[in-house]
Amino acid sequence: MTAKKQIVIGLALLVIWGIIYSQLQSASKWLTYSVFSIPVGSHLGGSVEFFLYDTPKVLMLLVIVVFVVGIIRSFFTPERTRAILAGRKESLGNVLAALLGVVTPFCSCSAVPLFIGFVTAGIPLGVTFSFLISAPMVNEIALVLLYGIFGWKVALIYMSTGLAVAIVSGWVIGRLHMERYIEDWVREAPPPLTSTASASEIWSERVKHGSEAVREIVGKVWIYVILGIAVGAFIHGYVPEAFMASIMGKDAWWSVPVAVLVGVPLYSNAAGIIPVVHALLEKGAAIGTVLAFMMSVIGLSLPETFILRKVLKLQLIAVFVGVVASGIMIVGYLFNFLF
Amino acid sequence: MNIKVLGSGCSNCKRLEVNTKKALKQLGIDVPVIEIKEYAVIMKYGIMSTPALVIDEKVLFTGKVPSVNELAEIISKVKK
Repeated sequence: MTAKKQIVIGLALLVIWGIIYSQLQSASKWLTYSVFSIPVGSHLGGSVEFFLYDTPKVLMLLVIVVFVVGIIRSFFTPERTRAILAGRKESLGNVLAALLGVVTPFCSCSAVPLFIGFVTAGIPLGVTFSFLISAPMVNEIALVLLYGIFGWKVALIYMSTGLAVAIVSGWVIGRLHMERYIEDWVREAPPPLTSTASASEIWSERVKHGSEAVREIVGKVWIYVILGIAVGAFIHGYVPEAFMASIMGKDAWWSVPVAVLVGVPLYSNAAGIIPVVHALLEKGAAIGTVLAFMMSVIGLSLPETFILRKVLKLQLIAVFVGVVASGIMIVGYLFNFLF
Repeated sequence: MNIKVLGSGCSNCKRLEVNTKKALKQLGIDVPVIEIKEYAVIMKYGIMSTPALVIDEKVLFTGKVPSVNELAEIISKVKK
């Protein structure tokens, strides 16, 4: 296929996408109340409409964003990110690492080789952590879903506070000088090769990269999206208005730490948790508490800490989880205080 | 020909192993695919993302799972 043809097809698909997207709200109403003839204002009607509206909306947003980010990521490889970070001092290094964490392709199953690759290349431990914290937490899926469901303000708040947690936590871990708590075999690992994989550089290759990302990521997360929306729809329809306000509201000071404690062992990706968050907010949960819950679910996961245990001694794992969880709690309290 | 799949056992690593076996079958090459799961060994290849495909001790790519056809093409190129 020629480049011109690809562009034309791409634009046509985009227009169709836009038309369908703009009709979702009325279509979900029509299906719920006319086709299924569920009474307006009933619990079931609320749930069904929520589910029928949010599912296609979230999936459609997901497809387009994963595609675009797939293309952007073809410009960044872990090797290139490492080259940018090598030789950086702390502070500026922490900021850069957190930002690169957003755009560098990362999967938690690659956390170990990436960690070793960074550390053996002389990147400070704290800078490496800034990357490892921001990479899962501040990702395109989270940002776009937040934008789609809550608007740009909440998306921006999430991104900036997520980056802040990554930068500050990494910096704190660096200050604690915990290098000796890296497993000994890591230091014996040979220095990394300068370049093993070259990024694809032709545009058609990048487009292919985008489509592959859609197939792989959407193929993996759609089930979480639907399950998450189903839970969200249930809360939306059946949980009383003020219920969440009493347990996750502003006045319940203990709700922030509890949200983090509950969030860490829960493992989900952004696509699954955001519909739940949507419903919680609607029922009166405080924004800071919900933000803390979401960050701990996405950013701190038990499987990832188990994987990292292979390269980090227990003390360093504990410090990592402790510092990040504290950072998340500070964000939670801050937002409950401000809003 | 000595073929290794480097990866800690994540879902992508398993997919790469399966696809590689299919590609080999397609090409009519009868060699085993060796799974390398120990990080200490994986890191000797100096890679930063998994899974990776190694043929005759040379890293061909990292951090992706090509389709069976693409793999067949990659493997037949190396064979020449």
